Amino acid sequence: MSNPYKISNFVRIRDQRIFHGEKKLFSCEEATHLKRFLKESYKFLNISYPKFHKMDALCKLGILAAEVLFKNMEIPTDTALVFSNSASSLETDKKHKILMEATVSPAVFVYTLPNIVLGEISIKHKLQSENAFFISDKFNAGLLADYSEILLDTSKADAVVCGWIEWKNAEYDVFLCLISKEGEVSFSEENLEELYRFENE
Amino acid sequence: MSDLRTRLKQSIIEQLNLEEFEVEDIANDEALFGDGLGLDSIDALELIVLLEKEYGIKLTEPQQGKEIFISIDKMAEYIEAHRTK
Repeated sequence: MSNPYKISNFVRIRDQRIFHGEKKLFSCEEATHLKRFLKESYKFLNISYPKFHKMDALCKLGILAAEVLFKNMEIPTDTALVFSNSASSLETDKKHKILMEATVSPAVFVYTLPNIVLGEISIKHKLQSENAFFISDKFNAGLLADYSEILLDTSKADAVVCGWIEWKNAEYDVFLCLISKEGEVSFSEENLEELYRFENE
Repeated sequence: MSDLRTRLKQSIIEQLNLEEFEVEDIANDEALFGDGLGLDSIDALELIVLLEKEYGIKLTEPQQGKEIFISIDKMAEYIEAHRTK
């Protein structure tokens, strides 16, 4: 039996481009280093949040994606966050390991967990909700759909943002969906998979 | 003394990734925490590391940080009096 939930909205960030739904919102035409792409995206989205500059790239990607996803919307404070990736916080872990040989940086150390991105988004958007961060080899639509549906069915959340947020070897791949009772596209494992593949094919 | 303050501001901007600030945006007597630059507890730890790395000053008591990291002026005065490099 199908559930009553919909994929209300989704955002995609990869290859120097940001998609809001199927519409391209922003792109850097020339080959650009991730650091510059993140800064240009921040400016384009007209975000004013100085703390952004202190974050690692994984958190910056999460903040940018949430900004697109939540734009012009009133987000319930109990909107749950269910994210996943394969590399965890590996890039920041590597940076921290190098710094440990000289002088450790507390500002780097605090990002040596993948779920920090959930906290950063929650702080920025004042969410007080359930959250989970799964590490899996590849995008696992079934896991995300099951976990999100349980949160919604058991009234742990009014809405859920679920998806994939990866940063590995200077490559990045973000796909986040807002799941609620509003929208046209049914929330199912198949539809999540299809939307994720939309830009990946 | 004013060179020290300028260098200190440059180091803080660089170390704390205050990308929206220039040296001239930070007044010598401006509060570094709270309503001023808006630094947080992680930034305080970074400032402790900065004092040790750049000026050879090792803070052992957390309370010391509260008294030193009030403003650029206060930090500069403390560095002048206690620097070992």
